[in-house]
Formats: sequence, structure tokens, C-alpha cells
Amino acid sequence: MVRRSRTKTPIAEQDPAIRKSNFDEVCLGYTLEEGAAEAVRCLQCKEAPCIASCPVMIDIPGFILAIKKGNMQEAADILGKYTNLPAICGRVCPQEKQCEQVCKLGLAKNFEPVAIGKLERLVADWALENQDFSKCIQNNEAKIGRIAVIGSGPSGLTVAGDLAKMNYEVIIYEALHDSGGVLTYGIPEFRLPKRIVKKEIESIEALGVTIETNVVVGKTITMDEVMNEFDACYISVGAGAPNFMGIPGTALNGVYSSSEYLTRINLMHSYEFPKFDTPIKRSKNVVVIGGGNVAMDAARSAKRLGADHVSIVYRRSLEELPARIEEYHHSVEEDIDYHWLSNPVEYMNNGVGDLNGVKCVKMELGEPDESGRRRPVPIKNSEFIIEADTVIEAIGQGSNKVLLSTFPELKLTKWGYIEADPKTGTTSIPGVFAGGDIVTGAATVILAMGAGKIAAVEIDNYVREKNKTPVTTKV
Amino acid sequence: MYKITKSEQLSKNEYDFWIEAPRIAKKAKPGQFVMLRINEMGERIPLTIADTDDSSGKIRLVFQVIGKTTAELGKLTIGDTILDLTGPLGMPTEIKNYGTVMIVGGGVGIAAVFPIIKGLKKAGNRVITILGAKTAELVILQEECRQYSDELIITTDDGTKGMKGLVTDAMEQVIANETINSSWAIGPSMMMKFCTMTAAKYELPLYVSLNPIMIDGTGMCGGCRVTIDGSIKFACVDGPEFKGTEVNWDEFISRMKQYKTEEETCLVDYQKVQVINRG
Ligand SMILES: Cc1cc2nc3c(=O)[nH]c(=O)nc-3n(C[C@H](O)[C@H](O)[C@H](O)COP(=O)(O)OP(=O)(O)OC[C@H]3O[C@@H](n4cnc5c(N)ncnc54)[C@H](O)[C@@H]3O)c2cc1C
Ligand SMILES: Cc1cc2nc3c(=O)[nH]c(=O)nc-3n(C[C@H](O)[C@H](O)[C@H](O)COP(=O)(O)OP(=O)(O)OC[C@H]3O[C@@H](n4cnc5c(N)ncnc54)[C@H](O)[C@@H]3O)c2cc1C
Ligand code: SF4
Ligand code: FES
Repeated sequence: MVRRSRTKTPIAEQDPAIRKSNFDEVCLGYTLEEGAAEAVRCLQCKEAPCIASCPVMIDIPGFILAIKKGNMQEAADILGKYTNLPAICGRVCPQEKQCEQVCKLGLAKNFEPVAIGKLERLVADWALENQDFSKCIQNNEAKIGRIAVIGSGPSGLTVAGDLAKMNYEVIIYEALHDSGGVLTYGIPEFRLPKRIVKKEIESIEALGVTIETNVVVGKTITMDEVMNEFDACYISVGAGAPNFMGIPGTALNGVYSSSEYLTRINLMHSYEFPKFDTPIKRSKNVVVIGGGNVAMDAARSAKRLGADHVSIVYRRSLEELPARIEEYHHSVEEDIDYHWLSNPVEYMNNGVGDLNGVKCVKMELGEPDESGRRRPVPIKNSEFIIEADTVIEAIGQGSNKVLLSTFPELKLTKWGYIEADPKTGTTSIPGVFAGGDIVTGAATVILAMGAGKIAAVEIDNYVREKNKTPVTTKV
Repeated sequence: MYKITKSEQLSKNEYDFWIEAPRIAKKAKPGQFVMLRINEMGERIPLTIADTDDSSGKIRLVFQVIGKTTAELGKLTIGDTILDLTGPLGMPTEIKNYGTVMIVGGGVGIAAVFPIIKGLKKAGNRVITILGAKTAELVILQEECRQYSDELIITTDDGTKGMKGLVTDAMEQVIANETINSSWAIGPSMMMKFCTMTAAKYELPLYVSLNPIMIDGTGMCGGCRVTIDGSIKFACVDGPEFKGTEVNWDEFISRMKQYKTEEETCLVDYQKVQVINRG
């Protein structure tokens, strides 16, 4: 029997000194040999806890066993049963808080969990290279019904893929000129190459899904039209609207929301300006406000754009940082500085409308708030100024209102998200389903996908039921 | 892909296009705009929908060459296509019968007031239109505007057409002679700011259409934010039309300068390539 290594099989990464000036992917992925070596570490648990903690319940020991046997096609087939976007999940899922957190091997003293995410990525990348998606079998049976999906993020793509597999005609409407939602306009190339996103979207189109870009539902076509022309619809428009702190100086030139900063970079390729036409500020001193994945992405992008000095201002401490710990470590390696327990109170004007500094105040942690985290409170007279020509607020997003503002019949929560049953995706209107960030608020790719999977089953039930009991025909 | 079916050069730097976009043509209302991207490397830019023809599925865009994208757009002609066109975006103008209305268009802003003039006339208003430009050549869409106006006043800075002076001078004249129930002004920021001040003197409600720099045009980036009555609004979804007196003009005008240097680089680079191409 092979001795199990206590630690994860090391994975190659681009050298921090080099990668901080390019947008190429940081993590280079396992080779087949490294993958096989890592797969050997899995205990093949009965009632594997890793499965239960995965929002889409992937048969993790199953696909790992296939890797161990050297049968990549089998591994890919197993993954494909549960997820249409494995190369994406393998890169951006918070594995450390899901499958890997409960891995039995990792719970043993002095052992690290199996690198489930990296193995998933290995299989998915293998499949993207070696499988011909154009050969996907589409059967010729009459379609069961027509479904409209609004928004082409991970939630919409998942529901569309699953419904296409069940033999529905599916059309995805996307407001932007490119599909993928946050995967395309939010998460930067160095964490999630757009080439990968494109390929996985192509694999979904190969199932027979049509994606129409440049269609803003509510504007280009109305919800009435959607409800008349389709048997059911799924709303997955995300939570992309940026929040602002609203402190003095927010209107100064140089003050960005993370959404704008990242959209310019990712969707519009402004890091390749002037080859691409959309500009972005090339700054010397950048300050990012916030502590989530979005803040990390903005800060690391700013560094790659050539900023001399990038710092993150976070109002709590490292312990409470919501970002993935892997990304935090990457950011530190890339010389991103941190001002812990600090909060901005004002953006300073250089006199002609441009930002030249961020005035912050020191914070201390008080009593826990409703979220269970200790509430940060400002310390009197502790103001300090950080020199900055760009500041990026990454303090969270709200629901996208473009569609909702035209559809007042739909019931919303008090926070402005769609009220939908988490077990079915049903909303207050029959035939209208919803899921992803627009229901939960900003969450994760895998949760958005999970919502899509659940809704696909429910939509199928709904349409079959409706077809069985025809309503009085419209005249 | 969206095909250009008609193109006309209106002045040295202004163009008038009709483009095939049936879905947009069917939905567009006065006051709304589209986002367009010419090609894969292109920037997304907003342009007002100047007119529509629902029966043939076409929309009309009138634009002024400002930087690289509009320069490139101006080079296109009948039969050429545009890669992306999204819309109609923004809140439509509130079209109803107000009684007598005054509509002021400045420069290329005339294209943006044209659908509003048309809409308000069809809604039964008495429409008084003021069109202003630097010089005679830049007074565009004059005949079209006249067709839907009960009265049309033209002003030019240099007096080469109509009365010599500013649109605000004409506004003063109109207000002195008529009872106006509501008004609109669209044009350069400075012009809209001064029209707002003029109307405010007479407590006449005046709406302006703000044209901040936009990226997505669907409320997702916050780049188009403007301060209206003290709070942050996104011009692409909450506007682009706002009550002039509620706009923080100094802030708005300052934010328009954000990318001056970058955009100059882009245009200069583009012009160099153009020179090389022409040999
Ligand atoms: C910068 C950033 C980094 C992140 N990093 C991670 C990470 O590392 N790991 C992780 O798990 N999660 C991460 N997330 C969160 C994750 O990306 C989201 O939870 C997920 O994308 C939500 O998916 P969705 O399908 O609900 O919506 P979205 O991905 O937001 O997609 C919604 C789509 O709907 C479109 N749309 C909106 N309105 C309309 C309309 N009216 N008509 C047509 N289309 C419309 C939008 O243009 C968009 O394309 C990150 C988020 C951001 C912003
Ligand atoms: C809702 C809306 C409707 C519009 N409708 C029309 C229209 O019908 N016809 C028309 O000619 N123009 C219109 N504009 C302005 C038009 O979008 C800009 O002229 C265009 O984006 C400039 O792009 P460019 O690449 O050619 O120039 P850029 O290289 O992007 O810019 C060159 C210079 O123009 C300034 N600029 C950038 N963006 C804008 C902007 N949005 N408005 C004004 N100046 C800007 C910059 O400060 C820069 O210095 C509209 C703008 C908005 C927001
Ligand atoms: S919990 Fe860990 S060891 Fe057990 S099956 Fe899952 S990955 Fe393998
Ligand atoms: S252009 Fe992005 S929010 Fe208006």
C-alpha cells in the first residue's frame, strides 16, 4: 500500500515577482501524474462527507477514484453528471469552506485534506482539451416546451444546460454583449481565464441552448412577452449593482466602484488599452476598500496595471476577512498591503476634482452584531491619510433593478431581492422561477449553480403538469 | 450584427445613420438611448435614439465625432455592420399634454431633442423649439424639427443663421411672451447648466438629459453616477433625464474630464494608423 502524504501534492504557480505584472493565470494546475498522486490520498469514504457539503452533491470519491485508475474520461463523465461548469468551479469555488473543510483525511491529525478543487480542475481541463463538444448528441424527439432564461451567469447557464438535457428548447437572454455574467465581467483573467469560461459556455450551447446577447429583458423585450412566448422562465440577473459608502468625495475622478473597475478590465479589456479602446486609470497609489474576493481581485488587478503601491483598507481584522484564504495569500505574495481595522471617512480633492488621498479612521472590534461578527467601531481622533490617485470601493453589491423595475408584480424581499423558495426556485408568479445572486444576494458561483439545478427539476415538473391539464385556450 | 442602411454626413463632424435593429425600433420611446460597440476591440458608447421606423425595423442615430469610437463610426457607410447594439435603455421622457412646452437643443443635442419634440407634438402640445449652434452649418435636423414645432427659433454664436446669441437669450424672449408649462434642454453640459439657471429664474420646470461616461448602460458599474438632489443616481437607469435644478453641475462637468489623456492617446494612435493605411 502506498503511504499517504500528509500534505497536498504541491501545485505549480507563476512566480509572484513575474505574475504581478501580467494577467496570465496564477495557478498552473496539476499534471496527470501529480493528479494521480493526489488522488491516491483520498480515503474513498463510505457516506463521504465531502459529497454532502457540496452544493451540487458531486460524487467526489467517484471521480477521484477514476483519476487514480487513470481513466480521465470516466472522471469527466462523473463530473459532467453534476456540473456543467467544472473547470470554473475547480478554479473559483471556496473549497476550503465546503468539501475540503469536512474531508476526513483533513480531519486526521497533521493531515491536509484532499485537494478536491485542484483535482476537479484537472479533470475539467482534460475534458476541455480532449472532448469534442460539437459531437454532443441532441435527440430529435419533439421538445417538451420552451423556456426563457434571463441572465447568462452561472445560475442561468446551469438551469439552461440541465433543461436542454431534459429536451427543452432553451433561450438565454443576456443584456451585455458577452455571456457568463460575473465569470466574464467580474473575476479577472489571472484567476479564471476567459478562454475557459468561453469553452464551458460552448459546451452548454452544444447541448442545444441558444444565447442571445444584447437583449435587456424589461427593455428590449418585456416580461409580458417572455411570459406569453414561453412555457416558463428563470430569472438569474445577478446582484451586480454597486453600493457606495456615500462619504464626501465620492464623485471625485479616481473613485471607482469595484464593478466599474473590474468591468473595464475584464469585459472591456482595458488592461490592453490602447489596443482595446476602453481606458482605465494607470495609477501610482491605489487604495481598495473592502475585504472580500472582489476587493482582492480589484487590488491584484491594480497591481498588474502597474501601480507602485496598492493597499486594502478593511474595517475588521484578518481573522474576519471574508475573502478566500488562498487569494489572500496570493495577494500578500504580490505585495498588496493591508490596513486592518480601518475605514475611509473622506476622499480628498487635489483642488481640481481629482482624488489625491483617502482619509481613514482606525477601528476597534466591539460587541458581536446580528451576523455574529464583532462590530467595528471607530476610534476617536485616530484619523490618518493614505496617499492615493485611485480608490476602489468593493463594499458589496445590490440587486440588479433593470428588469425588476419593469416587473412590479413580482414579490421582492425587504432587501430588494426576488422572493423565491430556496427548495424549488418558485416565485410569487406561476411559471416564473428565480435563483442565484438575485435571490440570495451576492453569494458564490456554486450556490448560483445549485439554485439552477433545483429550478431545472421544478420547471420540468411545472411544464409537464401544465401540459397535462390544459388551461382554457386563449382566443 | 446590425446593418447600416442609410448614412449621411450632416456637417464636417456630424453624421446621421439609420440602422437595422427591429427589436429596438419596436420599443424605443423619446428620451431613450442605445449602447453600441463597433467591433471586438471597441468601446461601448451611448447614443440617443433620434428616430425610429417600427415598420421597417430601423433606428436613427445622429452623432458627432469626438474621439476614437465616433471617428471610427463616421468612417462606416451603407452596408457596413456594427457588432453590438443594445437598447432601448434609460427612462423615456414623460410624454403627455402639458399645454405649451419649450424645447431647447444645442449642437448635436438637437438630435436628442428631436424625438421629444415629435412626441410632445403628437401628444397635443403647443411646441416652441429653440435650436442653437456655434455656426449655421451646425444647426442640424432643422426641417424635421420645424415639422413638429409650432414655432422654431434658431440661434448661432456667430450670427450666420437666425438670431446672433445664445439659446438662453432666445429662452428669455419666449418666456417673456408666452406662458410655458414645461421645458427641456439638451446639449453641451455648460449650455444645459445655463438653461437650468434661466428657467429657474422664472420657476419654469426644465428637464435636461445628462450624458456622463457610461460602460454597461444597465446600472451595473456605477460609472455614470451623478448627484441629483443630494443623492447618487445612475444616469443610465434612473435617467438620463433629470430636473435641471436638482443636478450638481460642477461635479458633473468635472467627472466628464476623467479620461481626457487616455482618450487622446487612443485617438492619436488611431489617426496614425489611418495615415499609414492611406499610405
Ligand atoms: C469580482 C467578483 C469575484 C468573485 N469571486 C468569486 C469566487 O472566487 N468564487 C465564487 O464562488 N464566487 C465569486 N463571486 C461571486 C459569484 O461570481 C456570483 O455569486 C455568481 O456569479 C452569481 O451568479 P448569477 O448567475 O446569479 O449572476 P451573475 O453572474 O451576476 O449573472 C447575471 C447575468 O444577468 C445579466 N442580466 C442582468 N439583468 C438582465 C436583464 N434584464 N436581461 C438580460 N440579462 C440580464 C447580467 O448582465 C449578467 O450577465 C465573485 C463575484 C465578483 C463580483
Ligand atoms: C445617454 C447618452 C446619449 C448620448 N447621445 C448622443 C448622441 O445622440 N449623439 C452624440 O453625438 N453623442 C451622444 N452622446 C455622447 C457620446 O456617447 C460620446 O460623444 C461618445 O461616447 C464619445 O466616444 P468617443 O470614443 O468617440 O470619444 P472618447 O474617446 O470616448 O472621448 C473623447 C472626449 O469626449 C469626452 N466624452 C466621453 N464620453 C462622453 C460622453 N458620454 N458624452 C460627452 N463627452 C464624452 C471625454 O471627456 C473625452 O475627452 C450621448 C451620451 C450619453 C451618455
Ligand atoms: S471526505 Fe476526503 S477522503 Fe473522504 S471521500 Fe471525500 S475527498 Fe476522499
Ligand atoms: S453605465 Fe454602468 S451603471 Fe450606468
